[in-house]
Amino acid sequence: MTALLKLDNATIRFDGLVAVNGVDLEIEKGEILALIGPNGAGKSTIFNLITGIYPPTEGGISFNGKSIAGLPPYVIAGGGIGRTFQNIRLFKELTVLENVLIGAHTRGRWDLTGALLKLLPQVRREEGRLLKLAIHCLTQVGLAHKAYEQACNLPYGEQRRLEIARALAIEPVLILLDEPAAGMNPQEKRTLLEMVRNIRAAGVTVFLVEHDMKFVMGLSDRIAVLDYGVKIAEGRPEEVRANPAVIEAYLGKGTMR
Amino acid sequence: MLHAFVNSIDPYFLQILVNIGIGITLALGLNIITGLTGQLSLGHAAFMSVGAFTGALLTLKTGTPFYLNLLLSGLFSAAVAALIGWPILRLTGDYLAICTLGFAEIVKVVFLNLEITNKALGLTVPTPTSALPMPVIVLMVAILAIVASVLIQNSRFGRALKAIRDDEIAAESVGINIARYKVQSFAVSAFMAGVGGCLYAHFLGYINPSDFGFLKSIDMLSMVVLGGLGSIPGAVFGASILSAAPEFLRFMSQYRMLVYGALLVFLMVFRPNGLLGGVNLTDLVLRKLGIRRHGATRNQEGSQ
Amino acid sequence: MFLQQLINGIALGSTYALIALGYTMVYGIIALINFAHGEIFMVGAFVGLLMVGVFKLNIFLAMACAMIFCMVLGVVIEFIAYRPLRKSSRLSALISAIGVSIFLSSLALMVFGANAKGFPEQAFSSRQIHIGNADISTLQLLIIGVSAALMIGLEFIVQKTKIGKAMRATSEDYNTAALMGVNVNFVISFTFALGSALAAAGGVLVGMLFNAVSFNMGLMAGLKAFAAAVLGGIGSIPGAMLGGLLLGVTEVFGVAIGYSSYRDAIAFAILVLVLLVRPTGLLGRKVMTKV
Repeated sequence: MTALLKLDNATIRFDGLVAVNGVDLEIEKGEILALIGPNGAGKSTIFNLITGIYPPTEGGISFNGKSIAGLPPYVIAGGGIGRTFQNIRLFKELTVLENVLIGAHTRGRWDLTGALLKLLPQVRREEGRLLKLAIHCLTQVGLAHKAYEQACNLPYGEQRRLEIARALAIEPVLILLDEPAAGMNPQEKRTLLEMVRNIRAAGVTVFLVEHDMKFVMGLSDRIAVLDYGVKIAEGRPEEVRANPAVIEAYLGKGTMR
Repeated sequence: MLHAFVNSIDPYFLQILVNIGIGITLALGLNIITGLTGQLSLGHAAFMSVGAFTGALLTLKTGTPFYLNLLLSGLFSAAVAALIGWPILRLTGDYLAICTLGFAEIVKVVFLNLEITNKALGLTVPTPTSALPMPVIVLMVAILAIVASVLIQNSRFGRALKAIRDDEIAAESVGINIARYKVQSFAVSAFMAGVGGCLYAHFLGYINPSDFGFLKSIDMLSMVVLGGLGSIPGAVFGASILSAAPEFLRFMSQYRMLVYGALLVFLMVFRPNGLLGGVNLTDLVLRKLGIRRHGATRNQEGSQ
Repeated sequence: MFLQQLINGIALGSTYALIALGYTMVYGIIALINFAHGEIFMVGAFVGLLMVGVFKLNIFLAMACAMIFCMVLGVVIEFIAYRPLRKSSRLSALISAIGVSIFLSSLALMVFGANAKGFPEQAFSSRQIHIGNADISTLQLLIIGVSAALMIGLEFIVQKTKIGKAMRATSEDYNTAALMGVNVNFVISFTFALGSALAAAGGVLVGMLFNAVSFNMGLMAGLKAFAAAVLGGIGSIPGAMLGGLLLGVTEVFGVAIGYSSYRDAIAFAILVLVLLVRPTGLLGRKVMTKV
């Protein structure tokens, strides 16, 4: 079975600093893969590599068998890879609904002409379709009742969920979640866990970066471990947890439970 | 018959109304690239200039009907914008602003040296003959500008522009081709500026490249900022006040730029949303009528 | 002929460099294009003019007065128009800067009128000195000398003093510098003061060079100096010096080969070109944004 996403000796250098060093990684369709590692290990950089924010200095990235290395971010997103950000990047001044509607951008095609010819039935139909998609995504994360709130007025946990809804609006094949549980209380984390499971159940492959070990262990099918830009372990949660190299990388900081 | 009606209005008052109408068109145009898309254009007077001279030359040298002139002036300005926008719009905020300023200066210098624009002497433009009197045309254009702005703001296109304004990286992450939308926004903006310029040329009767310098760009910017960047009623409001004010404040004309300057600083520091920004006109009207829309709780509790 | 134009270019370019330094330092430290910087240059010229014309001071004292006055002005402007906006969007700060610029030039127009004023004869009697087949005036020598001295002084402050170290730290990383105990507000004010002082000196020198001081000299000079700063690499002090000199020389040569009516456009053309082809300029550093 060919992998959905494949990193092949992916390397990225910033002026002498090697942030990601020869990483081989495969993500299978339909799985939940987690990427863990100490701070600064290069996890977010891998996300940025995949989504096209930085091109790899060496190595390749392929999605569904086709190379995506060096493609601009908007093309990669249009190809079905959605993401959230470590530091939330919502459209703060806009409403919750508008945020997700913008997420649904690639699901429509009418631009300036569509704007000016708003009453054209094709345009109206498209707007209706986008609206329905947006509300569906909001319902998936439990925020439909706050559709007209301004995004910046949401509490932190809901802002993270909104970002997920926006990424879902791409109707992605693969979704990258960058520390989705950061800053959440245990109750919110339980809700999030269910949410991610539902996302996978709906057919979306999930690749996430997280620091909370309990969260990761309970959710993932497989885990990959990154340290100083190098993949030091990969496998099922039980395997990884017992791996001495992994334990050493974390230096027994008590994060493994 | 319409001509007779228009001629019966006090010409001084009419002039103010026309100035307001042109101002609205210009302000709404700038609002699209600067207010909606968040890209500061400090050289928008250049597009006004291009439109003005295109329209003037079309009237002087060819016999094209005025409506066509208007359209062609706008289209030509838009084409110029698309051309220079493509390389320029990849620059970030501050640099883009200065670059547009530089471009406007270049346009001014070029027009001052071209034979066809009559160099520093400028062009005298005859009043066009058209079925409708000029003031009515200006009014219609202003209304069209408002309608177009409203349509754009609430469309997929407008949402993409707002996304670019708020967070480019996030916008890219949902598949928005930033460069393409910026250029399109720039072109639409320039179209409106060009149309405004054409109206200006034909109403004033005389244009000179020096009219369209930095101060003109600041005039336009002040209109948009006063009312609130990104707000359509704001742009209309700002344009109205600042187009009419010079007339009423004629005794204060030397203080005008002084006031503008202080006004810009004051607004940015104390009320960056302008006087009308953050005000949703539809909500306001409906609320006054006793109807609450969407159970909206705008800015009630702060974020936790 | 070549040598003559080169001399003219270096003299002119030195003044651009003085102004460009202010832009680059402020941009390096708070990522703001201080649009009002050109007007400080203009104010400096007027103060120098007043000191010489009304108070009959010699040119060096007049320059010192202009520098001190503008230092205060620069700090006040930062405090009123930029500091409150530090957490706001870049657009707001830029618009505020434009507001200050317009305010100052309009004020100058009101106070001094629209006509350019010249320095009185006794300000600095300039003689011509022959070098090869070119003339260099003592005025040009003064300009080049003063500019060089000021730039060396600036380099010294930035590289060898404690406050200079604080400036460099803050421009590298604002937040870390603050966490390390640097009084960031003071450093920023100090940067504005330094930049303004240099611009003021430039103003007096340019005023004498062209023997014309007017309310609108700030805009054009400011934009050209900004072009110079960008050319050299915004945020880089040696870059601003290099950019200023290059721009001055290019402009002079451009006029000499016949493009005199496009004189002002030359700077803008360079600006646009640099921004499109090599936005970091000649000596600037590439900055990666963290996502």
